[in-house]
Amino acid sequence: MDFSLLLQLTLNGLIVGALYGVVAMSFVLIYKASQVVNFAQGEFLLVGAWVCWWFLTDWQLPFWMGFLFTLAFMTLFGLVLQVVVLRPLIGEPVISVIMATIGLGIFFQALMKWIFGVFAKPFPPIFATERVSVLGLEVQTVYLLSLAISLLIMLGFAWFFTASKHGLAMRATAFDQQVAQSLGVSVPRVFAMSWAISAVVSSVAGVVVGVVNGVSSALSFYGIKVFPAVILGGLDSILGAVLGGIIVGLLENWAHYLDSQWLNWGNMFQIAPFYALVLILLLKPYGLFGTKNIERV
Amino acid sequence: MSEATTLGRQAPPSPAEPPLLEVNNIEVVYHDVILVLRGLSLAVPKGKIVALLGANGAGKSTTLKAISGLLKTEEGEVTRGEIRFAGERLNGIEAHQIVRKGIFQVMEGRRIVADMTCLENLRLGAFTRSDTAGVKRDIEMVYSYFPRLKERTGLAGYLSGGEQQMLAIGRALMARPKLILMDEPSMGLSPLLVKEVFGIIRRLNQDLGITILLVEQNARMALSVASYGYVMEQGKVVLDGTAEALASNEDVKEFYLGGHGAERKSFRNLKSYKRRKRWL
Repeated sequence: MDFSLLLQLTLNGLIVGALYGVVAMSFVLIYKASQVVNFAQGEFLLVGAWVCWWFLTDWQLPFWMGFLFTLAFMTLFGLVLQVVVLRPLIGEPVISVIMATIGLGIFFQALMKWIFGVFAKPFPPIFATERVSVLGLEVQTVYLLSLAISLLIMLGFAWFFTASKHGLAMRATAFDQQVAQSLGVSVPRVFAMSWAISAVVSSVAGVVVGVVNGVSSALSFYGIKVFPAVILGGLDSILGAVLGGIIVGLLENWAHYLDSQWLNWGNMFQIAPFYALVLILLLKPYGLFGTKNIERV
Repeated sequence: MSEATTLGRQAPPSPAEPPLLEVNNIEVVYHDVILVLRGLSLAVPKGKIVALLGANGAGKSTTLKAISGLLKTEEGEVTRGEIRFAGERLNGIEAHQIVRKGIFQVMEGRRIVADMTCLENLRLGAFTRSDTAGVKRDIEMVYSYFPRLKERTGLAGYLSGGEQQMLAIGRALMARPKLILMDEPSMGLSPLLVKEVFGIIRRLNQDLGITILLVEQNARMALSVASYGYVMEQGKVVLDGTAEALASNEDVKEFYLGGHGAERKSFRNLKSYKRRKRWL
């Protein structure tokens, strides 16, 4: 038993899990507000990371400025996507909307490869010190930043949904669109807003992962990892998404520990969350916090 | 409209001042084929309570939804006629914009947001407003009308039916509407609560000067607070008049107010089952 490795992996799991949680939250946001299962969530990370990379390398902007520009770009990106692609599909069968989001995923995957090439590219160094030691554990500075950002986003979501009137309007829309309209809420605007927020938040996760691992199409794999997380938490629960994300992150790393210490099968890290997904669907199909009567796809 | 009988004082408002809400000969079609309202007209004078009575399926709720614009969310459409509010034509305007013009519909079945707290529901009612201080004052104002809402801190879904109705009305007040369209506020409430709710409706009208168009099954209650009433049948107004005139009208008494004398229980009156419930 290697305890320091276990501890290190647990910490990694928490940090990566928090990121999964953030992406899962933005996935749930779209699902809750507009009942769309967004299969292009991973591509939001990809597009955000590439755009930020482009600002930092081609335009030579300082990190904070490039980052802010990226957020602004992604707001617009989410809005345009909703208005141009998804708004005309309102009222169409669920399967058509899902096909459209899968199509969007493939399109942006290919577009990014076409513009930026197929090879992973590293971000320019952002922190002077690459690693710091926390309680005797080596942690990348970026990971600490990522944890801080994840927590900040989660707090932001909590504030938005309880204190701001647009957050309340979004919850009301998720509850009953007719009621929301009777209160003066414009439902199409709420949809557009949910896509914009989702795109921005995902892109933050994309940039953080990009800074750690470099930017490549592997980033969109996060969009797939989100599924075990949201199904564990319950498709329509924001809190569930956060917890689901953290659990998936831990599960991955513990599986990796198990694998490296005893099993030596090689790829437990990749597939453990999906075994968990199968188990959850068998045992608790509505997840930890999900509403019982939601439609499954 | 020509077939409808008017009781009591002729025509609802004085012709000098146009009514706040005017519905002129509207026709409503659902799903492009189902004709629900066939030439309905009514007028609601400013500062008054007007009752809209009728049996199930007469088109009362549809009338309210046509005014508030919510019809569109149910695949319905106003295909003819005109709805005017404060001199402005409302046809074709989106529901969320109509709220901003000062019309608020309290929908049938209360429809409060069950997974939010009371306070959040109230704040949601003020969605169209941006004066934070005014919203805070109005929350206190709503609490003064419904003191027990202040004590309820849990989720609104766990409130009793009466409390939910109060919350629904309170939520409407938060939007500072000029006209409230109220759909069946007595639904599912105990007689005592019905009295309380109608007492509050009367107070809102008197204290705040809010005009109310009231749809009700409980005709007796509705006519007791309203100043004018319309009776609908199969998508048309068939009878209208002052509340007193309607309340003393024999047909209204028989079909909507119940409680007729002992003679109705006699065997001879079995015939009444065959009597068609219309005035035309």
